[in-house]
Amino acid sequence: MKGKKKENSSRRRFLRNIGLGLGSAAIISTPALAGAGDDSESGETLKLLTPEGKLVEVSKSVVREAKKKTKEQIKISYAGLPHRKFVMVIDLAKCKNARKCVDACQEGHMLPKDHEWIKLYLMQDSEQTAKYWFPKPCYHCDSPLCVSVCPVGATYKREDGIVLVDSKRCIGCKFCMTACPYSARVFHWKDPEAHVPDGHVYNPELNIPPVEGTVGKCVFCADKLRNNELPRCVKACPMGVIYFGDLTEDAVTNGVETLRFSSLMVDRHGYRHMEELGTMPTVYYLPPVGRTYPVELGFEDLDPSITDRYKDEPVTKSKKK
Amino acid sequence: MNAFRENLFRDLTPEIEKTSRSWYFLFAGFLAIFLLGLYGLYHQIDKGHIVTGMRDNVVWGVYIVNFIFFMGLSYAGALVSGALHLFKTPWRAPVIRLAELITVISLAIGPFFIFFCIGRLERIPYLLIFPRIQSPIVWDVIAILTDIFGCVIFLYVSFIEDFAKLRDREDLQVAPWKKKMYKILAMGYQGTEKQHRLLSFSRNVMAAMIIAIAIIVYSVLAWIFGVTLQPGWHSTIFGPYFVIAAIFSGVGLLIVLMAIFRKIYNLEKYITLKHFVNMGIVLFVIAAFFGYFTFSDYLTKWYGSVKMDKILIDKLFTEFRTYFIFANYIGILTPIIIIAIPRLRTIRNITIAALIALLALWVNRYIIIVPTLETPFLPIQDIRHDWRFYSPTWVEWSLTAAGVAVFGMLFMIISKLAPIISISEMEEAEERENLKLKEQVK
Repeated sequence: MKGKKKENSSRRRFLRNIGLGLGSAAIISTPALAGAGDDSESGETLKLLTPEGKLVEVSKSVVREAKKKTKEQIKISYAGLPHRKFVMVIDLAKCKNARKCVDACQEGHMLPKDHEWIKLYLMQDSEQTAKYWFPKPCYHCDSPLCVSVCPVGATYKREDGIVLVDSKRCIGCKFCMTACPYSARVFHWKDPEAHVPDGHVYNPELNIPPVEGTVGKCVFCADKLRNNELPRCVKACPMGVIYFGDLTEDAVTNGVETLRFSSLMVDRHGYRHMEELGTMPTVYYLPPVGRTYPVELGFEDLDPSITDRYKDEPVTKSKKK
Repeated sequence: MNAFRENLFRDLTPEIEKTSRSWYFLFAGFLAIFLLGLYGLYHQIDKGHIVTGMRDNVVWGVYIVNFIFFMGLSYAGALVSGALHLFKTPWRAPVIRLAELITVISLAIGPFFIFFCIGRLERIPYLLIFPRIQSPIVWDVIAILTDIFGCVIFLYVSFIEDFAKLRDREDLQVAPWKKKMYKILAMGYQGTEKQHRLLSFSRNVMAAMIIAIAIIVYSVLAWIFGVTLQPGWHSTIFGPYFVIAAIFSGVGLLIVLMAIFRKIYNLEKYITLKHFVNMGIVLFVIAAFFGYFTFSDYLTKWYGSVKMDKILIDKLFTEFRTYFIFANYIGILTPIIIIAIPRLRTIRNITIAALIALLALWVNRYIIIVPTLETPFLPIQDIRHDWRFYSPTWVEWSLTAAGVAVFGMLFMIISKLAPIISISEMEEAEERENLKLKEQVK
């Protein structure tokens, strides 16, 4: 019991840190001190916790990023973050197809055009019901068919609930793509032509560089989570549509407000998409009740190539009538 | 008696000693198609899978259709030859070798279409290095490897007697390496009673095993689709449905090949109307079963109108209507009608019916794979406009044609090395006939 309490308090620390970036004391156990070695201003110091539990102070200029080999990185990515169960809540009432989440995701993972990990659907459940924008990342299901069908173990479910793809292992058979009922996975049909910075070490949590002939999908920004940061899409959304958090802490945040997950589900009648398929997604939706923006606003200020994507949809057509 | 055997040998090994000009022409034609396919493959490896018609929704296209199709032909060949052998069907002699050859040759081609479909070809060994047993693809890898072993052994034991015959012919005008090859492959078979007994025992065992393997292996292939949740695939009937479909296409191909070989090798004496009618009746029965399975599969989908099934059925009945009618009406009803009416049972008609059945089965595969992938649970949206639906490109067609060409080439190469109709089977059949005649005289 006592041990559990301790864990709980450490989990609470996660929430404090979430959205605020790094806290006052960085934890040295993170595989890479991202960005720590970048600015070598003299005089600035950094408080670090050694593996022995000692708090030490070192000059920022001497800190270098700890590089690990690809194989080690992949091994680390298998385990996931201990005692965590990540969850995402998407508030459909606020989404207006601003597509900032998509842009941030594309940029963060160096994804080429026409290979998006987040898709935005203009949904209408039946003819008489309302239209709404429906962002769809990977659902990181608790009973993931994609993981079951992968013949080489290139996609795996971690302890913290995240489903990752190791693009150094993936053979590109695309079975996971047909098995996923949510079309969450996309394929690199041609050379992604990503310019990877020198010395970058591949890690499935970030999944850079993208590899031709392999499958890609949303990774819940597992690399950011390891550094106690929110996923890129959550931070990028100007409407605060996407909430992210930890189920064991029963809290989610969109970077602005932090809410209790269980009460949010009860008060706003949260649900999971296509519950009947039994895949048990970890992404929840809040119904588009009392919408903040009219649906049509989603077509404003779009790149013509994006507008083009919606032109033949029956939903869009009925709008024009 | 000896004259009969001599003629038999000359008739059934038309290409072993000499090579006709038409053989070269035909082979060159196949080779040209094959090279075009090779260029297509080079293009695909060079530019990436972007040169195919496959995109993020329809991730499996003509390649997978071809894979299922060729594997189906192979299993059907195994089932037919195994059953003909095991049940000692009296008229099997001129047909059984063709069925065995279909089995092995299709099996040599089918898996290549998986290789074409896979994004990273160089990682194929991962299937053996990092296999995860819960994946149906790994089941399939195990199944196909088992099947390859089983089929090759079955084909080989059925060839041993003929190899021994080729070895024993002093006057055979072939290159020395071929004589050496026959000697090795005949494995010292002298036709002693013990050897004969052992050989026929192992043939029976392999025939029984190959039937079981074929059923299991093709069901496993069907479950690759059945285990997913996709509308149209998530069906309990898929295992047996695929097996029946495979036999249907295999029997169709067998009849077509019978007609072709009869024509080009002048085998009218050996492959007669009787064989076409008998195989036609097999085709008839299988067509009836296949039609029944197809009907019950689509009826339940259409009547119940679960949302996704309804969308799929709507797509099949509108956009894919021509394909649907050809695959599931014409393809099934033509063989049934032609065989059912005795007046229509000519060699030409039966061959046409078989050819239609064969093509319809390919189309049937196509409308199982593609429309389902075009009706995902979430509507196809927010994707490049020209990437939404599938239409195969020249690369895919060139590789498909190459598959057919290799099929022809392998048949032609084997016809240069071994009898295309089992000589030993024919002789046995002849002996049986003689015995019968003697008894009647008595």
